[in-house]
Amino acid sequence: MNRLNSMQDLETLREEAIARHQRLKKWVRVCSGTACHSQGGEQVVHAFQQYLNARGLTVEYMVKPTGCNGFCAQGPIVVVEPENVFYARVGADRVDEIMERTVLGDEILDDLLYVNPETGAKIAHEHEIPFFAGQERMVFHSTGINYVTDVEDYISRGGYSALAKTLSEMSPEQVIAEVKLSGLRGRGGGGFPTGVKWESCRRARGETKYVICNADEGDPGAYMDRSVMEGNPHQVIEGMIIAAYAIGATEGYIYCRFEYPLAVKNAGWALEQARAYGLLGQNILGSSLSFDIFINRGAGAFICGESTALMASLEGKIGEPRGKHIHTVEKGLWNLPSNLNNVETYANVPMIISNGGKWYAGIGTERSKGTKIFSLVGKINNTGLVEVAMGTPLRKIVYEIGGGIPKGKCFKAVQTGGPSGGCIPEALIDLPVDYEKLKEAGSMMGSGGMIVMDNETCMVDVARYFLNFLTEESCGKCVPCRMGVKRMHEILAGICQGKGEPGDVERLEELCNSIKESALCGLGKSAPNPVLSTIRYFRDEYEAHIHQKKCAARVCKPLITYEIDLDKCTGCGRCRMKCPEGAVLGAKKECHVIDEEACVRCGICLENCKFGAIYVESVGIESPIFVQP
Amino acid sequence: MEFNLQDVDAIIDQWGPKPASLLQIMLDINHRYHYLPKESLSRVAERLVMPINHVYSVATFFKVFSLKPRGRTIMHVCTGTACHVKGTPRLLDRLEQDLHLKPGETTADMAITLETVNCVGACASAPVVVVEGVTHAEVTPNKVSKIAKGLRQRESVASDQ
Ligand SMILES: Cc1cc2nc3c(=O)[nH]c(=O)nc-3n(C[C@H](O)[C@H](O)[C@H](O)COP(=O)(O)O)c2cc1C
Ligand code: FES
Repeated sequence: MNRLNSMQDLETLREEAIARHQRLKKWVRVCSGTACHSQGGEQVVHAFQQYLNARGLTVEYMVKPTGCNGFCAQGPIVVVEPENVFYARVGADRVDEIMERTVLGDEILDDLLYVNPETGAKIAHEHEIPFFAGQERMVFHSTGINYVTDVEDYISRGGYSALAKTLSEMSPEQVIAEVKLSGLRGRGGGGFPTGVKWESCRRARGETKYVICNADEGDPGAYMDRSVMEGNPHQVIEGMIIAAYAIGATEGYIYCRFEYPLAVKNAGWALEQARAYGLLGQNILGSSLSFDIFINRGAGAFICGESTALMASLEGKIGEPRGKHIHTVEKGLWNLPSNLNNVETYANVPMIISNGGKWYAGIGTERSKGTKIFSLVGKINNTGLVEVAMGTPLRKIVYEIGGGIPKGKCFKAVQTGGPSGGCIPEALIDLPVDYEKLKEAGSMMGSGGMIVMDNETCMVDVARYFLNFLTEESCGKCVPCRMGVKRMHEILAGICQGKGEPGDVERLEELCNSIKESALCGLGKSAPNPVLSTIRYFRDEYEAHIHQKKCAARVCKPLITYEIDLDKCTGCGRCRMKCPEGAVLGAKKECHVIDEEACVRCGICLENCKFGAIYVESVGIESPIFVQP
Repeated sequence: MEFNLQDVDAIIDQWGPKPASLLQIMLDINHRYHYLPKESLSRVAERLVMPINHVYSVATFFKVFSLKPRGRTIMHVCTGTACHVKGTPRLLDRLEQDLHLKPGETTADMAITLETVNCVGACASAPVVVVEGVTHAEVTPNKVSKIAKGLRQRESVASDQ
C-alpha cells in the first residue's frame, strides 16, 4: 500500500474502493462483535470464506466480518446484502444452504428469520425489525457494516473525509467553533461541552499537548465503547486526529481496559494501518500536521476511568485521582495540557465536521444534542445496543425498541449511570432521556448502560451490590469515600441479611449527604446515588426488609425459603439426590419436603426439578419485632 | 509456565525500560505467569530504576495483579450489573459447592483459580463466564457446573499422561 500524500490521494483511493465494492453482486455481513463471537460467529465467517474460496467466487461475492450489529440477543447474525435479508442465530452448519439458496439463489430461508415475539410474524429484512426501525443510528450507523480489519472499507463510506476537510479548509479555531456550535457534550458521563474543553486546551500553554481517549468503560453493564472501538476504530481515530489539529497536540493515547482484549487488538491494528496510509505520523495527508496515537491497557480499576487517575495510570503510577482545582486541560499527563474525551465523544466528531455543527444541533433536546448509544440489558427481550436521539422517552426504548420484559414479568425499574447512577421507577417511564432529566430523576447518563429490572430484582440488593462494588473500587485516598462508603455497605448488607434496624434508612440518608459534600473525586461524590435513588422510589422495600424481614422479590437469601408444592411433587427424588446439604427429605414416590434449617438456599433443587414443583417464598413476619424507643 | 528472567527481560525490552511502561510490563508478566513472581518485580524495579516499593504499590493497587501463584486455568465470572441481575450470585454459589472455591481462591492442586470481573462487555449475553479467552454466554448454574467439570476432566487426563 502506498502512503497517502495528499487529499487527492485519499479521494483516488476512495473511488477505487467504491468501484471494487460496486463489482460485487452480493455480500454477506457476519457480525463479529463480542456477543456474536461468543456464540460462534467466527466459525460462521470461516465457513462462508471456505465456500467462496472453494468455488472461486471471491470476485463477485464477499463475506464481511463486521463490527457489532447491536441486536446482540439474536447472535450470531448474518445479513445478506444488498437485499438486507436478516438471519438470526445462525450456526456454521447453515452456511452452505444460505450460500446456495439466498446468496446464489434469491430464496429466503424462513426458519432463520427473526420472529416478532409480539405478533409471531416472521420479518425478512433488517430495516423492518422494530428493534432497528425505532432507532436513530448515527454514531453507530456503520459499526455493523464495517469490515473491521480493512481501513479501505471505512474510507469507501466517506471515512477520513472529515479529516481531509479539516486539514484543507478549516483553521483550528473554526473546528472548535463548529464543535461548540454542535452542542456536543461528553459521552463519558459528566456531559461537559466538548468544544469548550478543546478551546481551553488550545489556549493552555505547553510545548507538548496530548489528546487522550477514555476507553476504560468501567460502568458495569455498558459496552458501547467496547463495540465502537472494536467494530469501527477508525471513526474514533479520525475524531482524535481532528481534536489534535484543533488543540495543537502531537501525541495521543487510547486508554483501554484490559478486559476488552478484542478492542485492544482491533484498535492496535487500526493504528498500524492508519500509520501505513499516512493518516497518522509525520505530515498527515501531506499537511503540516504530525500526530501519532499509542494504546495503553488499564489493569482493572474502575477509578482509572476518572480523568486524573487515568493520567496517573498512563504515567505508570497507581490510579489515585487528585483534586479538581488544577484542570487537566492545563496540567494533565506529565503536567502538560491534555484533552481527555470518551470513545463515543470522539466518534461523533467526524460527522459534525462533515455535516456542520448546525445540522447536529438540530437533533436532540434543548441542552442535550445529538444521539446517545445505550446498552439495553438485563431483564429485557431485545438486549443489545440502541442508539436514539437525546430526549427519546424511556417507554419507547424499553417497550418499542426493547420489546418489553420477558416471561410475562413486569417492569420495575431501569438502572442508568453505572455505580454513580440510580434507578428510575415505572412511574417515570415517560421520562425523556437526556442529561438534565436523568439528573433530576436522581440518576445520571454515565456511559449509557441501561439495566432493566423486573419484579424479581430486589432494589435493596441492587443498592447493596453497587455499594459493594464501590467499596472495592474506592482508591482509599480520601476518608469520606474509604470509610463512609464502607459503612453504607455494612448497613445495606445488614438489611439484606435480615439484620436491619429501625433508623437504618435515616442513617443511610445522613451518610449519603455528608459523603456527597466531602469526597474528593466523582467516585465518592456520586457513590450515594444508588442508595438515595432506591430509597426515594422504593422506600417500601427497605421498610419491608427492615420491619417484616421480607424480600418481595425473593432475592435476599436469609429472607427466603425454598418450598415444595405438594400438588406438583411426584416424589421422583431428583432434588433429594442433587441437594448438596441433604436438606430434602422424603421417601420415593411420596411428597418431599425441605428442611429449612439445613437448606443453604443454593437453588440446585429448583433448577433440577422437572415438574416445576419447587418455588421460593419470602413470608416475613407479621409485626415488627422491634419496639420503637 | 516456568519462571525465567530472560522472558521478563524480553517483556521489559518490548515496552522499553521507562517508568511509563510499568503498568504494561506488569500486565504482560501477570498474563504470562498468571501472577507476578517476586523475582520479576525486583527485576522490573532494577531495570526501570525505581524503588521496589513503587512497583509493589502498583502491584497491589490494581485488581488484575496477583502476588500469589494462581491456577493453570483461571475462571472469570462476571459480576457486572447485567450479569448480577441475571443470576451471577447463583453461579458463584454453585462453583463454591462444586470446586470449594470462593472468588480469589485456587484449588489445592493449582488447577483452577476462580476470579470475578466487573463486566467484560458481553452484557447482552448475561450472565457470562470467561475461561481462557472464551466467553460462555447465558450461563446457568448447571452450565457452569459442566464447565468446571470439563476443566477438571481435562486436568486429570493431562496428569495421567
Ligand atoms: C469514578 C469515575 C469513573 C469514570 N469512568 C469513566 C469511564 O469508564 N469512561 C469514560 O469515558 N469516562 C469516565 N469517567 C468520566 C471521566 O472522568 C471524564 O469526565 C470523561 O472521560 C471525559 O470525557 P467526555 O468529556 O468525552 O465525557 C469517570 C469518572 C469518574 C469520576
Ligand atoms: S455485566 Fe457481565 S458482561 Fe457486562
